[in-house]
Amino acid sequence: MSSAPPPLVLLAGNPNSGKTSLFNRLTGARAKVGNYPGVTVERRSGRADLPAGGRVELVDLPGTYSLTARSAEERVAEDALLGRGCPVPAAVIVVADATALRRGLYLATQIIDIGRPVVLALNMTDEAEAAGIAVDPGALAKALGCQVVATVATTKRGVGEVLAAVERALAEEAGEPPAADLPEGLAERLVPIEQAVAGAGLGTTPREVRAAATWALLSLGDDDLEVPEGLRSAVETARRAAEADGVDLDAAIVGWRYQRVDELLREAPKRKADAGPTRSERVDAVLIHPVWGFVAFALVMLVVFEALFAWSEPLVGGIEAAVGATQDLARSALPGGPLRDLLVDGVLAGVGNVVVFVPQIALLFAFITVMEDSGYLARVAFVIDRVMGGVGLNGRAFVPMLSGFACAIPAVMATRTLESRRDRLLTMLVVPLASCSARLPVYVLVTAAVFDPDARLFGLLSVGAAVLLAMYTLSVVAALGAAAVLRRTVLRGPRPTLVLELPPYRMPTTRDVLLATWQRVRRFLTDAGTVILALSIVIWGLLNYPKDEAAAARWEAKRTEIAQTITDPEQAEAATLAVSQAEAGEALRHSAGGRLGQAIEPAILPLGFDWRIGVGIVGAFAAREVFVSTLGIVFDVGSADEESVPLRGALRAAERPDGKPLMTPLVGVSLMVFFVLACQCMSTIAVVRRESGSWRWAGLMVAYMTALAYGASLLVYQVGRALGWGVS
Amino acid sequence: MSPSPPPPLTLGDVAVGESCEVVAVRGERRAALRLLEMGLVPGTVVEVRRVAPLGDPLELRVRGYALSLRRSEAARVDVSRS
Repeated sequence: MSSAPPPLVLLAGNPNSGKTSLFNRLTGARAKVGNYPGVTVERRSGRADLPAGGRVELVDLPGTYSLTARSAEERVAEDALLGRGCPVPAAVIVVADATALRRGLYLATQIIDIGRPVVLALNMTDEAEAAGIAVDPGALAKALGCQVVATVATTKRGVGEVLAAVERALAEEAGEPPAADLPEGLAERLVPIEQAVAGAGLGTTPREVRAAATWALLSLGDDDLEVPEGLRSAVETARRAAEADGVDLDAAIVGWRYQRVDELLREAPKRKADAGPTRSERVDAVLIHPVWGFVAFALVMLVVFEALFAWSEPLVGGIEAAVGATQDLARSALPGGPLRDLLVDGVLAGVGNVVVFVPQIALLFAFITVMEDSGYLARVAFVIDRVMGGVGLNGRAFVPMLSGFACAIPAVMATRTLESRRDRLLTMLVVPLASCSARLPVYVLVTAAVFDPDARLFGLLSVGAAVLLAMYTLSVVAALGAAAVLRRTVLRGPRPTLVLELPPYRMPTTRDVLLATWQRVRRFLTDAGTVILALSIVIWGLLNYPKDEAAAARWEAKRTEIAQTITDPEQAEAATLAVSQAEAGEALRHSAGGRLGQAIEPAILPLGFDWRIGVGIVGAFAAREVFVSTLGIVFDVGSADEESVPLRGALRAAERPDGKPLMTPLVGVSLMVFFVLACQCMSTIAVVRRESGSWRWAGLMVAYMTALAYGASLLVYQVGRALGWGVS
Repeated sequence: MSPSPPPPLTLGDVAVGESCEVVAVRGERRAALRLLEMGLVPGTVVEVRRVAPLGDPLELRVRGYALSLRRSEAARVDVSRS
């Protein structure tokens, strides 16, 4: 048995070429999903069995249009294909969309030129045939000098042939075809660059040298690549010389390659101009229509939103109930003590905090995969780009932004559909400003405590609805404003451009959707999930330790006294409950978290908050809705929810040391504004850290959101107080 | 006095449904190269297929596929009527 690793075979291709679909069929869903070192680009790999019994390691590269890297994704694909800082692949499967073959061949010829054994998979040949633009694989193979296989990945057509072709490519002695034929004038201009390439040892055969020279010409200039200085200066000199003669070398090289592709396809049948609109064009007539397009867009977004908000509800409820039942079981099975508390209230509750996100993540990614694979996601970007582009966001950022109103965790993960890292970071940093569903209980409780929610404004809108509307508006304005500011400051860079392909509409397959969804969920559980679990346990510890043994004994004595003195069972039970609630309140005030709340009081007094609200804010870090139950404990009314009448009563009755009421309408508004803007959700921080690849971006997000929340609440409270609004 | 030459026609000026031929791609190199590599090389025939409902971006037909560009990008592409 040989323990040598199986040969490395890369899967390259344009975005939307059906590359991932083919990968899923080739590997039979045994994919491992990880990250490329140092960058947050997903690396999908798996083993594929060859017909004769061998095995290869298959890596699904990010989609790319050329070897001239721009985004992090394209850079990863380029490095892998060139063997830069990683093993040189034994063969490359290039997937090309047969309905947009010219663009696919633009990439394929580049990969063939650098000297890799290539198997070209002409994917979606069924569509191409239907459109009358099918190409003869045999003729193309001859012209390109590589193997060509017609495939339809979604129905597994041609998948076996691809593996057989890979086997042949691996077995073949690589022949050495001559260098790609450049027009004379262009070849002359390239000579100094080719000399520099050969001098630096970046290529030996004439073909490799030429491929490296054309690559260097297009890639070097305003890049941050590490190449020999001689090559860089040769490229610079050649470009200057060409400019002096009025020749744009970029346009000349790219034009030459496209001309080559056109010649390859000269014999290929073209779609007749009078063939009438294709199916995609007929669908687009509705989905990008000025009126119906928006109606369709609104309906789709409504369904996504409804799914995240409402459809996930029973699943989330089921998970919470299951976690609760497990906790009860563990509590009754284990002997009492600090270890049981840690296991039941720390670890099990922490696991619950992680698993509870799974339904929303799964639903959102199922929807996004369907939208992406069907081609509709590109149309969403097309329709809404005008609005998003105004603040420097990409049109594709709309889906993550909208999802953020349900929950920031799946929304931050959904930013992966954005191609450029800068766009992705920007969206990730502002998504948590979207008012997620966990903020809702806070608005409901505070509104009920400080306003009469059934009172009408202008005889129409209830005060409760008006408050909600105001908070959601604030959230939208803050997110768009923050995006505009971040784009002009920390994420400044070349003006964001939109170069978007609108692929033909296609039916997504259940298998691809389920696989993509499962891979997201699994990554969430193993990556962000572990951080969320750890932080859950830390916060639990903060809110429960240190314990006050003397106080516990005192409360126990009180309970014994009640049992002995009060004979009426109902009265005794009520008195015991009151004692237990008071004990929980005292224990919380005594804990590290409780003291932290008290310690930050000087900082939050200018916002109108006292230490009790401070303790609630500390507790809310575990999850915003925990604010409500923490307040319940602080106010000695036991664990409560937002509809709790005793908690509302306690909030209304709460007084400041000087006897004035604590929760004036102004303090309520200040508190809600704080909750809209503050980033007090450890799960969001954990997932942003994971998705951005560093604590730096997560830290920046926490810092700017905290500053924004503090500033806005300060403004609301101080201005309101100076004007005498809502102070009593 | 001779009349000043007419401003060059750009892809952004082409009406929906009309075709034109790419003459040159101007502007910042990275973005220009991107447009070239997406198939907008000089000599290519481009059809403006549609404008997004809000007036931007545009949908083009280039080399057998549908490409969408913002008007600001399209304005870097000099074209001539074919």
